[in-house]
Amino acid sequence: MGSEPVFRVVTPGPLAMLQDAGRFGVRHLGITQGGAADLHAWAWANWLLGNAWGAATVEVTFGGLVLEAVRGASVALTGADLGVTLDDVAVTPWQTLRLEPGQRLAFGSPRSGLRAYLAVAGGFCAENVLGSLSAVGRERLGGHDGEGGALAVGDVVHGMPEDDLAVDHAVRKVPESERLDYSELPELDMIPGAQIAHFTGRSIFDVFNKVWEVDNRSDRMGIRLNGPLIRGAVNNMISEGLALGAVQVPPDGHPIVLLNDRQTIGGYPRLGTVTPLACSRLAQCKPGTRVRFRPKSLEKAHRQYAEFLRFFRGG
Amino acid sequence: MTPVPKFENAGIGSWMVRLFDAIDEDNLGWILSLARRCETLFGTALVDLVPSYTTLLIQYDPLTFTPDEARAVIRRAADGLAPENGPSEAPVKKIPVWYDPTVGPDLPKLASRWSMGVDEVVELHAGTEYRVYALGFAPGFAFMGVVDPALETTRLSTPRQRVHAGSVSIAGRQTSAYPAVSPGGWNIIGRTPITLFDRQRDEMSFLQVGDRVRMVPVTKGEFLKLGGDPTPQEEA
Repeated sequence: MGSEPVFRVVTPGPLAMLQDAGRFGVRHLGITQGGAADLHAWAWANWLLGNAWGAATVEVTFGGLVLEAVRGASVALTGADLGVTLDDVAVTPWQTLRLEPGQRLAFGSPRSGLRAYLAVAGGFCAENVLGSLSAVGRERLGGHDGEGGALAVGDVVHGMPEDDLAVDHAVRKVPESERLDYSELPELDMIPGAQIAHFTGRSIFDVFNKVWEVDNRSDRMGIRLNGPLIRGAVNNMISEGLALGAVQVPPDGHPIVLLNDRQTIGGYPRLGTVTPLACSRLAQCKPGTRVRFRPKSLEKAHRQYAEFLRFFRGG
Repeated sequence: MTPVPKFENAGIGSWMVRLFDAIDEDNLGWILSLARRCETLFGTALVDLVPSYTTLLIQYDPLTFTPDEARAVIRRAADGLAPENGPSEAPVKKIPVWYDPTVGPDLPKLASRWSMGVDEVVELHAGTEYRVYALGFAPGFAFMGVVDPALETTRLSTPRQRVHAGSVSIAGRQTSAYPAVSPGGWNIIGRTPITLFDRQRDEMSFLQVGDRVRMVPVTKGEFLKLGGDPTPQEEA
């Protein structure tokens, strides 16, 4: 099936790019995972339109993006409340929306959360780069241009021809209970790792009992946290593979939660791993946001995530 | 002796398998062998494998296996493990390098720090056969070792904002070449004209974990003939 233009970018905002579930099977080549930083909101956006797991959405960070519909389009909006308007009329997030040709969808600025997801029926189309459409600027892979680019003025974003899709025009909404309130102080589940034993007792206590603040040096690679300095006995560790959510502590004592665009291997000691759904929640935290960690067993965390995957991905 | 795998929890759908405690060239054969066996036993439920100096990070589909089941599969993979082809059997890949201060500004500085001539540094760097221990940092960036102890050096205290593609570099007792323009904190001593990563190629990464590698000094003329870009490397 071919693809056709759906949106033209009028204003790109600070960072808007295509993201899907991520790029897998290539980590041994040094290629990062990428993918929607908030997998939870991304999955609901696609669910609203009946898109298959893996469909690409536009991830809008901070807002500022203005798109003009080139053709009629059924879309869904989830994640952060970025004060979105359709032809200057406020739009409610966490539901589907019908756009007519020429209409403008404009993202304002963050009211709650940081990243919004815009899905289109059938998913956005672009070159499949190593199994994914996810844009990683640093690696020049994926995105609407295949080169890791963020959306820029005049860019055209493609989707599937609507004639090929069974588009349902009825408004569909995400259940109230699943629309997260990003203004609440999040409790992030962390699965303690083997190396946690190398940190001092005081530091382990602090990790789970103190409030942490998101540093402004945070991005899709990782979220740096400010709080009490974390001290450990291990330095100069041998580099090894890094999973999503790994919490590494460099010598300066400030923990970093590694997200989707993280480096594939690293040599700092790790406290543990923040669960994928907690990473999603963390990805909605602006610099200055306060968060807490709570320990969770691998088994419990596994069951919770398997339930999430079963619902959205099936199998 | 057959290494005994130690399992470390690395989150949902992940096991960090520690096979060794110290870096050694012989580790590679074991780690790669475990990786191959996991590919077979996990089949389509395998998500990713990240081999490194002493470990293998194994990522699997959490809808197919629980953590306990996945650990059992890895135990089975490690049972009766035999190391993959040793260093003497793997083919040697040659990396032509133009060692020159214009493209490798740290070369003269390091030479004087070590009280050596630039030629001696080149001789030592190109005189060692390296192995690829891991790929990481960027697509196709190979962590190679082990650099001659006389060339051991620390990373730059302030990383360069822009390191040219092909820059051949050293840090600690490791050496590598930057596949693409990027920031970087390793000491740059030369440049290769080889394209180290190209997603349009069958073998996207020129170097693979386990490869044996030799640097081959070339003149500026040869470097240019091989398609090298002689744009000088900025200092900072």
